[in-house]
Amino acid sequence: MSNRLKDPPPQPDINRRDFLIRSAKAGITLGTAAAFGYLLYDSAGPGAPVEKSSVALPEYSVPEAGKKIAIATGSDRIKTVNAALKSLGGIECFIKKGDRVLIKVNAAFATPPSLCATTNPELLAEVTRLCFKAGAEAVAVADNPINDPESCFALSGIADAAQNSGANLIVPVESLFTNITIPGSNYIRNWPVFLGAFKGATKLIGIAPVKDHHRSGASMSMKNWYGFIGGRRNIFHQDIHTFIKDLALMIKPTLVILDGTFTMISNGPTGGSVSDLKQTNTIIVSTDQVAADAAGAGLLGKTPADLPFIAKAEQAGAGTSDFETLKPGRIL
Amino acid sequence: MKITTVRRVAQVFFFVLFIWFCIVSTFGLSFWQSRGWPANWFLQLDPLVALGTILTTGTLYSGLLWALATIVVTVILGRFFCGWLCPFGAMHHFIGYLGSKGRSLRENINVNRYVGSQNIKYYILLVLLCPALAALLSNIANFSFLKLDWALPGSLLTGLLDPIPLVYRSVNFLLLPFADSSIHLISAAPRHYEGVLLTCFVFFGALILNLVIPRFYCRFLCPLGALYGVLGRYALWRVGKKTSECSQCRLCDSRCEGACDPAGRIRTAECVLCFNCLYTCNDDTIGYNTFRSVSGEIVSPDLSRRGFITAAVCGLAAVPMLRLDGKLGKNYDPTLIRPPGSLPEPEFLDRCIRCGQCARVCPTNVIQPNVTREGIEGLWTPALNMRTGSSGCQMNCTACSHICPTAAIRPISLDEKLGRANFEKTGPIRIGTAFVDRGRCLPWAMDKPCIVCQENCPVSPKAIYVEESFTTVRGGNLDSANISANSVLLPNPVLLPNKFGTGDFFVLAEGGGISARTRILSNSKNSITLQSPISPEFFADYNSRLTKIAIQVRLQTPRVDLDRCTGCGICEHECPVSGLRAIRVSAEGESRHRKHSLLLR
Repeated sequence: MSNRLKDPPPQPDINRRDFLIRSAKAGITLGTAAAFGYLLYDSAGPGAPVEKSSVALPEYSVPEAGKKIAIATGSDRIKTVNAALKSLGGIECFIKKGDRVLIKVNAAFATPPSLCATTNPELLAEVTRLCFKAGAEAVAVADNPINDPESCFALSGIADAAQNSGANLIVPVESLFTNITIPGSNYIRNWPVFLGAFKGATKLIGIAPVKDHHRSGASMSMKNWYGFIGGRRNIFHQDIHTFIKDLALMIKPTLVILDGTFTMISNGPTGGSVSDLKQTNTIIVSTDQVAADAAGAGLLGKTPADLPFIAKAEQAGAGTSDFETLKPGRIL
Repeated sequence: MKITTVRRVAQVFFFVLFIWFCIVSTFGLSFWQSRGWPANWFLQLDPLVALGTILTTGTLYSGLLWALATIVVTVILGRFFCGWLCPFGAMHHFIGYLGSKGRSLRENINVNRYVGSQNIKYYILLVLLCPALAALLSNIANFSFLKLDWALPGSLLTGLLDPIPLVYRSVNFLLLPFADSSIHLISAAPRHYEGVLLTCFVFFGALILNLVIPRFYCRFLCPLGALYGVLGRYALWRVGKKTSECSQCRLCDSRCEGACDPAGRIRTAECVLCFNCLYTCNDDTIGYNTFRSVSGEIVSPDLSRRGFITAAVCGLAAVPMLRLDGKLGKNYDPTLIRPPGSLPEPEFLDRCIRCGQCARVCPTNVIQPNVTREGIEGLWTPALNMRTGSSGCQMNCTACSHICPTAAIRPISLDEKLGRANFEKTGPIRIGTAFVDRGRCLPWAMDKPCIVCQENCPVSPKAIYVEESFTTVRGGNLDSANISANSVLLPNPVLLPNKFGTGDFFVLAEGGGISARTRILSNSKNSITLQSPISPEFFADYNSRLTKIAIQVRLQTPRVDLDRCTGCGICEHECPVSGLRAIRVSAEGESRHRKHSLLLR
């Protein structure tokens, strides 16, 4: 025992070579740590989020076609829409060879076409057919519905109509939405918009049914663009008339087709019963979305003055509410 | 070809088939979506599901007849299901195989030896089946002539550990949503399921244990394996020794999946028919024979009488004790909203096996596994959370009621759900009732126009209706305004420019007993432009042009019509108050429970 205390066992010595190698490795580790510390040093921390710059969506209207409106009467949607388009000079005035057409339908609810809460599938198929006939290279159909998207497209008959007529259905997946700010708009500021649907499109047609809407007074062509908005868009109902004006500023369509073959006069915009519908036998086709909605107001027994969003859109320069000045072609 | 190769092919085939069935439980029109695929087939083959529901309900529901096929084959061959068909078993087998790679031969032999605690699974089976047995005993006691009026509440708890529902819900709630979250092939919108942590813990816990002991779950925990062990007692063919000439080298143990001691007195109830021992034996000592193993067999599970009685008593007492919390009575949880077509709660719990198929098929992803409510009896049972998914419970959908393998959600027609045609008298199926929270609702509490809930109510006529009213805005009572037909001039610049030009604000002017209310078109700091001129009658009877005016907002305040609301929850989903919604569905009024009703009918 005393022997061990007095005489500790000899410790192994480190040789110079080992010592230098180890020192070098330690030095490199320290140097790397210091370099990362220096390079990644951030004295300020994250700042306030930067608002995205404004993006105007392309203009889809055809300037040489001018401002036009046609109001056609008839109970057969196919015949009526053809008559209305013919009065505007035919769809060839708007859709040229090689155009890629985006059709914005109203597919908001998972209800069958007979309830007219969504864009009529036969009307969609006919417009698609006419686009292809005029030489369109591709037709896409898009909406961001309120109910479950796939159920809406399936139940409303829009998925089948698109597929059978050769159009491509664009389902609103999150990756197709981009935060943008629309110049001149009050609320579409750094807000998700369904930009993916517009990719490659050269023409834009909106097809909407005419529906009662308790909050805004009516759901027609301009309100139909709500389906291009993502996020928790319902907060805009607090100032819905200004928001519809924003929508009209965002979208400059080639054509809007307002389907008043049946008008949902009560329980809108969901409907749910044929008793909510009134046969009004009218289809309005216009290059001016404000004029179309002003003309459509009558189908609901309202005047444009009852719908403040019409005056707001007109004031913002989205079109004219005095559709009579466009000398509407009236086809019976 | 070696029989083990055939077994591996079968395992891969049935595993892929199982995953395929999970994938195709997607609501839609494509060939790979729910187009009549037998998505429940593995659940229907599971005799524990069939036996459990027979005990609790006295019936064998529809496709559960498939279990008879499994029983027939098991009685003749033994636990073929575990080694050949079970998709969960295949996962255990594969991971156990990976684990064996890191061990020496001796370690592998040791880890695959039979241990006495493998009998735990028989006790688990007993504890899980006894509550179902209690239901049967109550039914017999109260049957016609006996009428003992004796109640021992029972319930179906087998789904907690039954491997087939377990693997279904694990794939439905974890694997598919995880795999699909970045590729979006199965669903366009990412799917979400609550209680991920617990589901993960059970599923991956069971899988990781294979690295310690291969087929840990199968050997120690699986109640279905235990049932097969009992059923296979009289199997005509068994694995066993053909000859007594055995060197006792124990090589057969090295890859024995069931840890059934093939070299000794083989425990036939533990053998999962992997047939590895046929090939690991260098002397071709072991075969699959009609005669008994020459070194003897132990056909019964290793259970003690004391253990058996303890487990049975625990099982019988479990449900009456769990229900002391009163969750099935007055203390019911109003946030637990069951899918449409669900049976009344006690009958629902008699059938639900917690497989998660309803939540999987739900097109809107509103059906969620419940983990926090109703204790262990409510664990992983379906409940609707209107905030999740794409839009409440869809009117024109009965998918969950048709996929449910045990009719805990009974199959309903669209006519019955919507209360039309033959069901007009009974009315629609209600899963709850929407209540407006007037303290959070924008028009009720904040004087902001909104009524998104009314807009989206899918019932016709709408279950949510509004009352229009005009409320003077904060600071909206203004003195000495100078009114003309089209505008109002104020003496002081008190207004925020254009704040009142949204179309929702009005000027109320009163004078000479006549009041006029006109919509505001726009405003500057001290002037208001009116949309339409005030009627001349107002000015005819009006002395001073300086008067008091009020700026009012037109509000529509939502109310719920109890007669019409079905509790679909689309209003709650769409409510712009995104945190705690200003309109919420709770279970009052659900039509499956008369005692939860609010209607005087």
